[in-house]
Amino acid sequence: MFEQSISILAQKLRNKDFSSVELTRTFLDRIAKLDPQLNSYISISEDLALKQAKAADELLANGQGSSLTGIPVAHKDLFCTQGTLTTCGSKMLHNFVPPYESTVTQRIKEAGAVMLGKTNMDEFAMGSSNENSFYGAVKNPWNLDTVPGGSSGGSAAVVAAGLAVAATGTDTGGSIRQPASFCGITGLKPTYGRVSRFGMIAFASSLDQGGPMAKSAEDCAHLLQTMAGFDEKDSTSSETETEDYLTNLNTPLTGLKIGLPKEYFGDGLDSQVAETIMTAVKEFEKLGATVKEISLPNLQLSIPSYYVIAPSEASSNLSRFDGVRFGHRCEDPKDLLDMYMRTRAEGFGGEVQKRIMVGTYALSEGYYDAYYLKAQKIRRLIKNDFVAALSEVDVIMGPVAPTTAFAIGSKTDDPVAMYLEDIYTLSVNLAGIPAMSIPAGFVGDMPVGLQIMGNYFAEAKLLNVAHQFQQHTDWHLQTPTMAKGA
Amino acid sequence: MNWEVVIGLEIHTQLSTKSKLFSGAAVGFGAEPNTQTTLVDLGMPGALPVLNKEALRMAVMFGHAINAEIGMHSVFARKNYFYPDLPKGYQTSQMDHPIVGKGYLDVMLDDGSTSRIGITRAHLEEDAGKSLHEDFQGMTGIDLNRSSTPLLEIVSEPDIRSAKEAVAYVKMIHSIVTYLGICDGNMAEGSMRCDINLSLRPKGQEEYGTRTEIKNVNSFRFIEKAIYTEIERQADILEDGGRIIQETRLYDPDKNETRSMRSKEDANDYRYFPCPDLLPIELTQEYVDQIKANLPELPNQKAARFQEEYKLSEYDAGVLSASRAMADYFEQANESVKDAKLTANWVMGELSKLLNQEQLEITQSPVNAKAFGELLSRVQDNTINGKTAKDVLQAMWNDEGSADEIIEAKGLKQVTDTGAIEAMIQEILDANATQVEQYRSADPDKQKKMIGFFVGQVMKASQGKANPGIVNPILAKMLKG
Repeated sequence: MFEQSISILAQKLRNKDFSSVELTRTFLDRIAKLDPQLNSYISISEDLALKQAKAADELLANGQGSSLTGIPVAHKDLFCTQGTLTTCGSKMLHNFVPPYESTVTQRIKEAGAVMLGKTNMDEFAMGSSNENSFYGAVKNPWNLDTVPGGSSGGSAAVVAAGLAVAATGTDTGGSIRQPASFCGITGLKPTYGRVSRFGMIAFASSLDQGGPMAKSAEDCAHLLQTMAGFDEKDSTSSETETEDYLTNLNTPLTGLKIGLPKEYFGDGLDSQVAETIMTAVKEFEKLGATVKEISLPNLQLSIPSYYVIAPSEASSNLSRFDGVRFGHRCEDPKDLLDMYMRTRAEGFGGEVQKRIMVGTYALSEGYYDAYYLKAQKIRRLIKNDFVAALSEVDVIMGPVAPTTAFAIGSKTDDPVAMYLEDIYTLSVNLAGIPAMSIPAGFVGDMPVGLQIMGNYFAEAKLLNVAHQFQQHTDWHLQTPTMAKGA
Repeated sequence: MNWEVVIGLEIHTQLSTKSKLFSGAAVGFGAEPNTQTTLVDLGMPGALPVLNKEALRMAVMFGHAINAEIGMHSVFARKNYFYPDLPKGYQTSQMDHPIVGKGYLDVMLDDGSTSRIGITRAHLEEDAGKSLHEDFQGMTGIDLNRSSTPLLEIVSEPDIRSAKEAVAYVKMIHSIVTYLGICDGNMAEGSMRCDINLSLRPKGQEEYGTRTEIKNVNSFRFIEKAIYTEIERQADILEDGGRIIQETRLYDPDKNETRSMRSKEDANDYRYFPCPDLLPIELTQEYVDQIKANLPELPNQKAARFQEEYKLSEYDAGVLSASRAMADYFEQANESVKDAKLTANWVMGELSKLLNQEQLEITQSPVNAKAFGELLSRVQDNTINGKTAKDVLQAMWNDEGSADEIIEAKGLKQVTDTGAIEAMIQEILDANATQVEQYRSADPDKQKKMIGFFVGQVMKASQGKANPGIVNPILAKMLKG
């Protein structure tokens, strides 16, 4: 039951093969049995889930509801959920119960989906391994000694392990795609502005974007259809019309022009990962696509640029966590400064503190031009690279990450190595284009993700390309052994 | 040493929008703490700002009114600092690309001279909340009702050279924003607050001296006094060979002194950067032109029209048009009087005197413009004379009825019956035979001086009700004999 697609589950719910309450109960049981090994959920909302499932069953009985009605999903714990603890993986928000609902979770709720719980994540979405959570590291279902990727590691793990049909994630520099790649699932980072950021706890506002994480492109299409669209509560959300992401899935790929950026296949890329990617690309050729080499010459600059812009914005975005109105406050502050300093020192973990300091420094008087302004100029160059490339090809393909999932603890002492994890994903956020990670094969027992990047608002095209691949491969149907144990 | 003062002003004007700059919460003064807030004003995680378009429109109106370049591309920036009543840890303001660019105002001084004050810029920003230090037993209460209230910060060039000029400039800004209807102008409630940048330099020196900034002065009188006090303080230091420390100071109206708040060394590094939650504002020429076309009449335009249409003097026109409320009162009262000079004199004279006595704004006048116009109409048509009219106005002020009701009830109507006046004069001439004799034997120049005595007697006899316009010619004729 847990391995089936949204389309099939929706059909079965309508056929009364089983009820949403039964389906939800199945997932809750699986979570109870398997999650202790994974630590993928921060909170499980059993009562709420069963209540929502019951309501969904009533809707379905009346012939109402959408394809998501009655489908159990999970939300990354940075989407504010009214009445449900929302921690952002931080001690700072260990007690924060929002009095409001994010637009993304609101839309999914209104579509009738059931919320199983909130997934673990790197604190404030800062990390590439999910080791930076106040609630502990998440384990990769394919190998419990390795990381699931980050920052949406919990969401990737729950989908891979069958602890939710699908999940929401957010991607600031690769936080949907890299964990999707490490956990062998499908994840989509939409165009900046496609999905409302209202109620998403901000990391770097000009880069953050919510998106779907699921087993297949088709499941992602179901979720995106609900999540995407203009929101008057988010000034940066786009008024561009959304497309029908489902009907476009079956368009044949004959004549599709694929660009392979040579910079994505250079030093640092694991040779077996490279081989897996090239095998996947050959599969597209079989489907009628043509492949050419392209260049994104400023790729190397994406890391320094990103690690100025994202921390700068974060240093400002995270100023509101001051102990005054919500969240953690230190015990017995002796004065205002003491309250600020101890609250923030106690509430934020090491990685978050480090990025706040980097960002504060980069925006300081006398350094702004050299860092922030220069980073913005590089950002423009990177965007121009993509615009030029995408005028020649329909989609760009490459690896998501240089390696498969690495061992827990293996990079925690080497921040530069950790930051290099994101070399292939950051530039997409800097440019604001959409990109996906889809399962493309394995190196040993560990999944490898193929990244597909497209033009602004070309989500339907990306989903179509991914879906066609998934119609001819079964990498996305593989299940980790631990998930079969329940 | 002969010092020249150099002043630049930053005026924070609270825009009179219904809702806040970045949220739908109502704007208002005096509500229960934290009742006029939304997620955005509380700085809740995940809350996002959405620009109030009305505030934008008001800012563009102001830009037109000061002959300024409008920022067709303007950008909100974050000014980062920690303070308990600043919920997000930053204030959303504008830095490099303000909505209103360079402009100027021609300010008229009391001596009738005009000086042009440059305006560097005016930008939109959100207000912070309030910290309440009383009643919390050593703790601080936070009220975020004011958080995200829209402000237009108007920054002048250092073109101001005296306290009087500073006050005239602030009054002009006050007049413009109330004319435009973009600010209620209520300084006591903080709708206009002024930061004063002030330095001294020896007369003739081009280079500026070190300046201090006096924060949050909120009345015309305090602005003037704060400037005088600060000039004196700086002059004393400089005369003694000391040097001015660049710092922020506070004006204490009770002690009439400024005192140091923080020095430049403690100044925050605000780490301004473009706010990523708000897209740059791109205006179209059409939008800007349409606002210009629909601009209401401005103070100087109104003054010119008053001179043209009502033939008022430049001074009268200037005084009456300085506040939109007074100009409206004048025009409404004059509708029935149709004697602009008479109406102007009475509005600027007797009415203003009564308002000042009771410290009322013209909008709070117990006698409204229409009622006031009716009173003046009775002066105009000679029903009562000016002296009586003052008494009637006082009675109207005390809510004793309309002008006509009071005139009727108190029997104040002027005597205009020539027969009755002739009889009254005859009685007076008979009773004052000696004076009549002296008058008749005097030369015309002397007679002119002496006639006042007889007029006085007539007025006394008529209890002020005799119409001087009718009395004078009859009296002159009868005195001739």
